[in-house]
Amino acid sequence: MSTDFTQDHFALFNLPRRFAIDTAQLDSAWRTAAAEVHPDRYVSGQDAEKRVALMRATRVNEAYQTLKSPVARARYLLQLAGIDTAEETNTSMPAAFLMAQMEWREAIADARAAANVDQLEALSQQLRGDVKGLEAELGSALDEQADHAAAALAVRKLRFLEKLDQEIGDAIEALLY
Amino acid sequence: MALLQIAEPGLSAAPHQHRLAVGIDLGTTNSLVATVKSGSATVLPDEHGRSLLPSVVRYTEQGEVVVGYAAQAEQSRDPNNTIVSVKRFMGRGLADIQDVGRSPYRFVDAPGMVQLLTRAGAKSPVEVSADILRTLRSRAEDSLGGELVGAVITVPAYFDDAQRQATKDAARLAGLNVLRLLNEPTAAAIAYGLDNGAEGTYVVYDLGGGTFDVSVLALSRGVFEVLSTSGDSSLGGDDFDHRIYCWILEQADLHGLNAHDTRLLLTCAREAKEALTEHADTRITALLSDGLTVDLLLTQAIFHDISKTLIDKTLLPVRKALRDAKIGAEDVKGVVMVGGATRMPHVQKAVGQYFGQTPLTNLDPDKVVALGAAIQANVLAGNKGEDEWLLLDVIPLSLGIETMGGLTEKIIPRNSTIPVARAQEFTTFKDGQTAMSVHILQGERELVSDCRSLAKFVLRGIPPMVAGAARIRVTYQVDADGLLSVTAREQTSGVEASIEVKPSYGLSDDEISRMLTDSLAYVQEDIAARKLREAIVDAEGLIAATSAALAADGDLLDSDERAQLDAAIAGLHSAIATQTTREVNAATQRLSQATEEFAARRMDRNIQQALKGKHIGNL
Repeated sequence: MSTDFTQDHFALFNLPRRFAIDTAQLDSAWRTAAAEVHPDRYVSGQDAEKRVALMRATRVNEAYQTLKSPVARARYLLQLAGIDTAEETNTSMPAAFLMAQMEWREAIADARAAANVDQLEALSQQLRGDVKGLEAELGSALDEQADHAAAALAVRKLRFLEKLDQEIGDAIEALLY
Repeated sequence: MALLQIAEPGLSAAPHQHRLAVGIDLGTTNSLVATVKSGSATVLPDEHGRSLLPSVVRYTEQGEVVVGYAAQAEQSRDPNNTIVSVKRFMGRGLADIQDVGRSPYRFVDAPGMVQLLTRAGAKSPVEVSADILRTLRSRAEDSLGGELVGAVITVPAYFDDAQRQATKDAARLAGLNVLRLLNEPTAAAIAYGLDNGAEGTYVVYDLGGGTFDVSVLALSRGVFEVLSTSGDSSLGGDDFDHRIYCWILEQADLHGLNAHDTRLLLTCAREAKEALTEHADTRITALLSDGLTVDLLLTQAIFHDISKTLIDKTLLPVRKALRDAKIGAEDVKGVVMVGGATRMPHVQKAVGQYFGQTPLTNLDPDKVVALGAAIQANVLAGNKGEDEWLLLDVIPLSLGIETMGGLTEKIIPRNSTIPVARAQEFTTFKDGQTAMSVHILQGERELVSDCRSLAKFVLRGIPPMVAGAARIRVTYQVDADGLLSVTAREQTSGVEASIEVKPSYGLSDDEISRMLTDSLAYVQEDIAARKLREAIVDAEGLIAATSAALAADGDLLDSDERAQLDAAIAGLHSAIATQTTREVNAATQRLSQATEEFAARRMDRNIQQALKGKHIGNL
C-alpha cells in the first residue's frame, strides 16, 4: 500500500487540521483531486490504473464527505485525537436536553395532527437555529478549548437534532402528498 | 486532404484517430442513438430519416425479430408477441409489477425477473432490450462505417442496482462495450449545460414514458456535480395514457376486453394525449373486435382533471431531492425539462408553479438525453474535445444489510457521490458460530421486507469463538456505474467471501459469453485466432503505456522496484513470442499487477501537483 492512505483527510486536501475550515477551499480541493483520479479518466487505461483510480476516487470522496458535514468532521477530529463519540452506547444526556427533546417531539406531533404545514416549516427553521448554535459550541470546544468531552457531547446532541429534522421533513411530506 | 487511415482489423487504432463511440438512450417508449461528429453531437437517424426508434419488439411467425415502427404498427394485431415498454420490467419480479392485468402479456414468473411468453419462447426483458440495442448498434455502425469502440447507455437516475445490472447485461448481450452507465438527468444536464454555459444550481425534471427522475445539480466551470436525485421508477407518460384508457372504459361502459382491444384503446389513448398538447379537445374513435364503436370527445379540462394526481406524484420526489440537496425551490436557477411527457402543457405549468419560474424547454426533450450520452461517450472513448469536464454522480437509493430482527442497517446513504465505499463491522450472535449470512438490500425503509433484496451470500469458515468475539468486516464498494460489489472478511482469521452484486436472476457471465459466441456475428470468425490477436494487442498496449509512464515518472521507483517492473516487461515480451493466448494473458496479468503500486504513486503525485497548482493560482 502506498503511504498516501495514512495521510489524514485534512492533509489530503492541504487543509489545517481543525473544525473551522474554509468550505470553499475544501470544495475546490475536492474537485481538483476528484478530477485527477475519477475513473472516467481511465476508461481506456490499463487494468492496474483502473483499480487504483477506483480506490483513489473512493478515498477522495470519503474524505470530502467526512469534512463537509460538521458532525462528521467533528467526529473525525475526535477520532484522530483517540476519542470515541460513543453515539450508539453513551445514552446519558443532560436532563434539560432530554426535556427539550420531548417538547420538540410533542410540538412536531401536534403540528402534524393539526395538519399544519406552516407550523412544521417554522419548527424546521427554529431547529436550524439550534443546530447552528451547537455547531458554534463544537467549534469552540474543538479549536479553542480542546475540550474533547464537551465536543463529544455536542456531537451526540447534534445526532438527536438530525433525527428531529428527519421527522419534521417526513411529516411535511406526509401532509403535502 | 489527408488520406484516411485504416487500421488492420483487431489492432487498436492510432491514438490520434477518432474512435467511434455512441450514446444510447434506451427509453421506455422510444430509444435513440447519437454520436459526436466533427465536434457536435447529433442523433443518428434510420434509413428513412427518423431519429426515434420505438422501443417495440415483435417476434414474428417466421421467426424474425422486428424492432421499431414496423413492430409498433402490428401491436394491436399481435399484442402477445409484440413487446412494448419492456423497460418497466427490467430487473423486476412478477410481484413488483403493478396491475399485471394492465399488460396484454403472458408473464412467466422466473426467479427474480419476469419473463414474457412469446411465440419465440419465454423472453427475459434483458433479451428484449438487447434486441432494441442491437438495432441501434447496427444503425450506428452502418451510418458511421465502422465498429464501435463503446457506448454510454443511459438509465433512469432512480434505477436500483438490479435494474442497472439488467441494463448492462442487455448491452453486453447486444455486443456493446459499455463505457459507462449514465443517469438520464445527468446526461441531459451535460447536453444542456455545455450548450448554454450554465453556472449555478439546476434541477432536471425528467418525465419519460415509464420513469420519472429528478436531479439537482451544481454546475460550475467544468464540473457537473449531482447533489441529489429522487424519482419513481414506475411513473411516466404511459400512466397518462392509462388514465385516458380507464376514462374511455368508464365512459363507453366497456368490460373484459381482449388483448387486441386493450392494445387498440391504449394506442387511441396515447394519440389523444399527444393531440391534447396542441388542441383544446380531441375525438377518440375506435372499432372494437365485436363490432362495437367507441366515439368520445376528450377535452383538455377533463384530461387535466383525471391526470392531476399523477403530476402531484412527481412533486413529492422533487421536494425530497431539494431537501436532500439542502436547498429551497427559490435557490434553483433553472429547471430543465426532459422526456417526451414534459410536452404536456399542464405538466409544464405545475412545474413552473412549484419553482416560480418558467421551465427551460429549448432542447428537444426526446433527444437531449441521447445527445448528452454521446458527448460523454466521446470523451470516455478518448476523443478529447477542447474543453474537459468532470461528472460527479450519486447513488439514488441507500444500500444496507439485514441485521437481527429483519431490520435494515444502512451502510451507504442515498445521494453519496460515487465511487464510494463504506465498511462496517459485525459480530457473531451464537457461541461457536462458523458461518454468517450477508443479505444485501437497497432502499430507504427500515424493514427488510420493504427494501429490494439485491443478493445474499454466506461467509463460511469463521473460527468458532464465543458469541460477539468474531469481527466480520463487510465492505460495500459502488463503482462509477453505480454498481455494487460486496466483500466480507473475518478480521482475526482473514477468511474472506465476496460477491459482485448480480441479482439472482441476472444472466451469469458464462451465459452471456455463450450467447455472444452463439450469435451470428461471431460464427464466421476464427475465435481462437481473434483471441490471440486481442491478447497481443492488449499486451503491447500495456508495455507501451508502462514504458511511457516509466519515462515520465521513473524517479518514483527505487532500483529494486524498477528491476522488478523491467523483468515483468521482459517476461511479457517473451510470452508474446510464444504466440499462445494463455501465456500472453498470464504475463499481461503479472505486469498489470506489478504496475499497480507505481500507478498509485503516479496518481498521488498528480493530485499533489494539481492541488499545488490550485494554491498558487489562488494566491
